Amino acid sequence: MTTAIIGKPLSRVDGRQKVTGQATYAAEFDQPNQAYAAVVRSTVAAGRIASIETAESEQAPGIIAVLTHHNAPKLAYAPHKGFTDPVVGERLHVLQDDRVNHQGQPVALVVADTLEQAGHAATLVRVTYAPETGTTDVTRVEPVLPTQQKTDQGSTQPPETRRGDHEKALAGAEVNVDETYVIPRENHNPIEMHATIAAWEGDHLTLWDKSQWVHGVADEIGAVFGIPAENIHVVSPFVGGAFGSALRTWPHVTLAALGARAAGRPVKLMLSRREMYYGVGYRPHTVQRVALGASRDGRLTAILHDGYEETSNYEEFSEALLSASQFLHSCPNVFTRHRIAPMNVHTPTYMRAPGEASGVFALEAAMDELAVALNIDPVELRLRNEPEQDEFKNLPFSSRSTRECYRLAAGRFGWDRRSPEPRSMRDGRLLIGWGMATATYPMNFAPASAMARLLPDGTAEVASAASDMGPGTWTSMTQVAAEALGLPIEQVKFSLGDSRLPKTPPHGGSMTMASVGSAVQAACRKAREDALARGGANDLAAAMRRIGQAVEATADSAPGDASKRFSMHSFGAVFTEVAVDPDLGETRVRRIVGAYGAGRIVNPKTARSQCVGGMIGGIGMALMEHSIVDARNGRVPNANFAEYAVPVHADAPPVMDVIFAEEHDPHVNPLGVKGLGEIAMVGVAPAITNAIFHATGKRIRELPVTPDKLL
Amino acid sequence: MHPFILERPRDLEAALALRAQAGRNDAPVEYIAGGTDMVQLLQEYARRPERLVSLAGLLDNRIEVGPQGLRLGGGATMAEVAAHPGVIEQFPVISEALLESASPQVRNQATMGGNLLQRTRCPYFRDVGYEACNKRAPGSGCAAIGGENRWHAVLGTSDNCIAAHPSDLAVALVALDAEVEIRGVGGQRTVPLADLHRLPGDTPHFETILEPGEVITAITVPANPAARRSHYLKVRDRASFEFAVVSAAGAIEMDGSRIRQARVALGGVGTKPWRVPQVEAALAGASLDSTALQQAAALAAEGAQGRGHNDFKIELMQRAIVRAVETAARA
Repeated sequence: MTTAIIGKPLSRVDGRQKVTGQATYAAEFDQPNQAYAAVVRSTVAAGRIASIETAESEQAPGIIAVLTHHNAPKLAYAPHKGFTDPVVGERLHVLQDDRVNHQGQPVALVVADTLEQAGHAATLVRVTYAPETGTTDVTRVEPVLPTQQKTDQGSTQPPETRRGDHEKALAGAEVNVDETYVIPRENHNPIEMHATIAAWEGDHLTLWDKSQWVHGVADEIGAVFGIPAENIHVVSPFVGGAFGSALRTWPHVTLAALGARAAGRPVKLMLSRREMYYGVGYRPHTVQRVALGASRDGRLTAILHDGYEETSNYEEFSEALLSASQFLHSCPNVFTRHRIAPMNVHTPTYMRAPGEASGVFALEAAMDELAVALNIDPVELRLRNEPEQDEFKNLPFSSRSTRECYRLAAGRFGWDRRSPEPRSMRDGRLLIGWGMATATYPMNFAPASAMARLLPDGTAEVASAASDMGPGTWTSMTQVAAEALGLPIEQVKFSLGDSRLPKTPPHGGSMTMASVGSAVQAACRKAREDALARGGANDLAAAMRRIGQAVEATADSAPGDASKRFSMHSFGAVFTEVAVDPDLGETRVRRIVGAYGAGRIVNPKTARSQCVGGMIGGIGMALMEHSIVDARNGRVPNANFAEYAVPVHADAPPVMDVIFAEEHDPHVNPLGVKGLGEIAMVGVAPAITNAIFHATGKRIRELPVTPDKLL
Repeated sequence: MHPFILERPRDLEAALALRAQAGRNDAPVEYIAGGTDMVQLLQEYARRPERLVSLAGLLDNRIEVGPQGLRLGGGATMAEVAAHPGVIEQFPVISEALLESASPQVRNQATMGGNLLQRTRCPYFRDVGYEACNKRAPGSGCAAIGGENRWHAVLGTSDNCIAAHPSDLAVALVALDAEVEIRGVGGQRTVPLADLHRLPGDTPHFETILEPGEVITAITVPANPAARRSHYLKVRDRASFEFAVVSAAGAIEMDGSRIRQARVALGGVGTKPWRVPQVEAALAGASLDSTALQQAAALAAEGAQGRGHNDFKIELMQRAIVRAVETAARA
């Protein structure tokens, strides 16, 4: 018996909890006798702590402990590299020495009976610094090649890749484009600030934490404190947005645990909005040169993509900035070079569509410039360079629906009514522009485990340690489980976000449905088969009644060798319409149509919601988001929600169409899914800036496109 | 935030007395009304009062429109004023400036007096991680000069401060010759809104002419035929819930196809709400053709000084004036 539940546009199973305030986020797990912590942060970017006076702070009302590098316990900081940690470098050690590496670095921790007392006493800690000349101006730092290193946890980005002879091909090209594109630092800015409540019982620690990876938190804090990860229980059932900021275990989690140990009480540490810009990562500032060579009939002959991005001076963060240029379009001569710019900043991290969102912006903006230079329609240019296989890996694509995505999205958009000349479309005094870009993101699949337990009453409990930071994991996993069990969805209860549940990879990189979904499906099928066999019946309900006790199964999922035989990616096409006020420079997005070939769509309703979120995120990236770094000292003056603009409802266009190209890909994973969270963000920003060029004739190569750039 | 005592006096007299004991600036005693700005300043440690005197329920919140003009109680909320039919009909620029400000939640809470007295958005003023801010710590310097100053003023600045005044409402009001009624322990006085805020000069920490303890009890706007044809234009990076990059208030009285009188003021560009009388004079008698409007608007740039990131505002504010006047004239 198979009930088709996968593919149904079901509403979120946790929706009512969320909108009625019943969903409990990290900071809301208040514990009996809980104390509160506040962090004192450095106000220089580089140097040493010359002196730190805590006497006044210690005498403030309600103070339990003031920890600095003088009195904080020396922590184990055992070697540890999690999946989401940079391969090269060492994490920031908190309160272990007098070294200051970045603005906002924790230099003291104050624990008090109340939040107000802790915050007040933190201002009474007097710190003086012996400042050093740090590197805080991204425009003046000399980029360097990253250290090449491979570990079990992953590998660095290759510093250089090449096929063919790009220099010769660029020199001999009939038409050339050679431009540099700049994307400033952006912060994730989830609505829920990071928070941790830590409670010790002997050498056992419970952490209620905002996390996209509960096992990552347990492993890391275990290494930091030198205790077995099994002693650490991490609870994170609801996450109020994260976009990657909760993939790593940041220093504040260690601080919360340190504070709780010093206080001998549970301690809550919640970051302020301003603190969110000094210690939970960000999308790094990138500078990318893209040079394209093409024949006059629009065939790419050369791609050079040379990019660098900021990182800290204690860890080499690198992301897949250049990988799309290696296979997205057909081209015989391709060269990529990846460099890093180490600075006195805290380490950047993965932010929605890490690498691809930035790299594809540069590539697809350059493709638009080439289309203009060739006087060829931008869609037609891409069709002329559609590859038959992955020319970088020399492997066939497991599936690739770019042509279908162009057709579907262009059709829905009405692209054939576009007048190609810039400034040729108007609405009253407003200039109208239509632009498009291609999107891609890899299919990621990492080992995961899940448990399914059938109960005598015919219901089931299914669990895996995954997270749901907003995409709808609770709901989609319940659907997968219900279908595999052959039960109505109401009879299946799914649990996640707890390190006592079966292990999963980080909830990022659009790999959760492929990885965890496959494990859930396998565990549920196994439980059902076991139950039917033991109960000796064809009907599950009858079998369970007969067995009279729970039937439990666990299963692991792991990628096979498909990645040796296939290149596996999602693809998509994004079309946008913008209106630009030519006098005032304001750009508003009026329409976005995106078509995606992302394998099987488990829940079209939450999937559409994912894509709409990605589109709005892309509007932010294109038009307003920018963590402004003061080049003089590395501070972020706009570290708040008034001066760091993210899109608001009024910025969301009235038309956001999401189309899924039908794909049946048997190679990627048992469920045939490719993931959706990241690709929804890719391609939106270049589609918008390409539309702005079409509207105004102005090519803006540095994001965000604020009014001043269009005057 | 720093610990403070919240005082909830029974009447305004008691409130005035409590506050008057303290000094003029960085006072240990501060007022709080709607709190939409004060709470931010407290949370960021940018203000550290020992006592906070609540004005909740103590201020007049009536809105009156009559033949003499408009009277707004100091405690009326932004939302109430924006939605008042008489304001919408006779003073549209005021309603528009309010609706272009903040968010519905903030407008439900924030008061007229508080709006005029909200502190600058200069990020160096609000981030105590910066030592240098002549407003926060007199004599400490100005981190905005030589720093990131896209948000900052180009008019009325000094070498000690380039912080822009953030209020949209004040821009609309100053264009319409509004006055503020002020009460202190010594009694009541009325001053033109144009004189309420001071230029930074050498003392940017003195932001207004209010004496210790004084409260804005009401705002009056005289009747003016130009007010009916008025418009507030706000340019910003996103469509809503953002302070102005540049804004312009325009109010026009027409005489046939020519402008009889114009009232124009600018926001986002001045260290205080910035009236441009030289532009108004040039507009009087002018036709609505774009050359005439541009020539008049260009006079707004008199004395403007960019600091790098904000240079574009000098051009943008002229375009904003042209658009605001055109739109007002069509209304």
